[in-house]
Amino acid sequence: MLRRTTGVVGELLVTAGVLTLLFVAWQLWWTDLSSGRAQAATVASLEERWTAGDAPAPAQPAQPEPDPAPDLVVAPPAGEAFAVLYVPRFGADYAVPVVEGTGTEELKDGVGHYEETAMPGVVGNFALAGHRVTYGKPFHLVADLQEGDAVVVGTATQWFTYRVRSWDVVRPQQVSVIAPVPDRPGEEPTQAWLTMTACHPMHSARERYVVHALLESVRDRSAGDPPALAAG
Amino acid sequence: MYAWWWRLLPGPWWLRALVSLLVAAAVVALCFTVVFPLVADRLAINDGTVDGP
Repeated sequence: MLRRTTGVVGELLVTAGVLTLLFVAWQLWWTDLSSGRAQAATVASLEERWTAGDAPAPAQPAQPEPDPAPDLVVAPPAGEAFAVLYVPRFGADYAVPVVEGTGTEELKDGVGHYEETAMPGVVGNFALAGHRVTYGKPFHLVADLQEGDAVVVGTATQWFTYRVRSWDVVRPQQVSVIAPVPDRPGEEPTQAWLTMTACHPMHSARERYVVHALLESVRDRSAGDPPALAAG
Repeated sequence: MYAWWWRLLPGPWWLRALVSLLVAAAVVALCFTVVFPLVADRLAINDGTVDGP
C-alpha cells in the first residue's frame, strides 16, 4: 500500500515537473513567437493604411523648411494601436505597434502608451511600457540604447524623431519617470519627451529600466521617411 | 497512476499508445490556450510598467 502511494506521488511529481517546464517553454518562446507575429501583422496593416494613396515624395527637400506643428493625435480606446515605434539600434527592420494602455492585455499586443501621458510630438512626456522578455519582447534590447540613438514614432500623418538623452534603473513605484517633465513631477513641461519603461533585470520585475529621449524633429509623411530611418 | 491508465485502455498496445498520445496532446493544447495564459497573468514576472505604491 505504501509502495503504491509513493509510486503515485512520484508520478504526480514528475508530471508536475514536466508541466512546469512546459510552462516555461510556453512563456519564453511560444508567447514570444505568437505575439511577435501578431504585432508584425498590426504594423503591416497600419503602414499599409497610412501610406495608401499618396506616393512617397522625393527624399531630398529643396531647402530646409521649419518642422511642421505636430498633428494632435486623439487617444483611441484602450487596446487600439495608433502609432508604430521604430528604433534603428534594435535592428533596421524593427517596428512595433504602440497601443493605448499599459494593462496586461495591451502589453501583449505591442508597447503600451501610459494613459494620461502626452501623445506623440506634443510638449509633455509620451510614455511607453514594453516587455523585455516574452510576448514579442519589444524592449528586449532597451539597455543597449546609447545617447543620441534615434527613437522614431510614426503616426497616421507624421514622423516624430526623438534622440536618447538618459537612462536609469528605478523602483517599480517611481512614477515620476513618466511625469510631464521626467523625474520632476509637478513642473510645467516646455519640451516634448519620450520615455520607455521595461522590467529590470531581465526575467525579473524587481526594478524598471527607464530611457528618456527628447524630440528632435517632426516631419509630415508626405515629406518622406525621416533621415534617422533612411540611414538605418 | 500511469499503470492504472494503461490497464484502463482497451485494445492492443499501439491503440493504447495512440489514445494516450492524443490525450497528452489535448492536455498540452488546453494548457497553452487556457491554463498558462491565466497563470502568467497572475504571476506578472515580466511587468515593465511603473505605477503607484
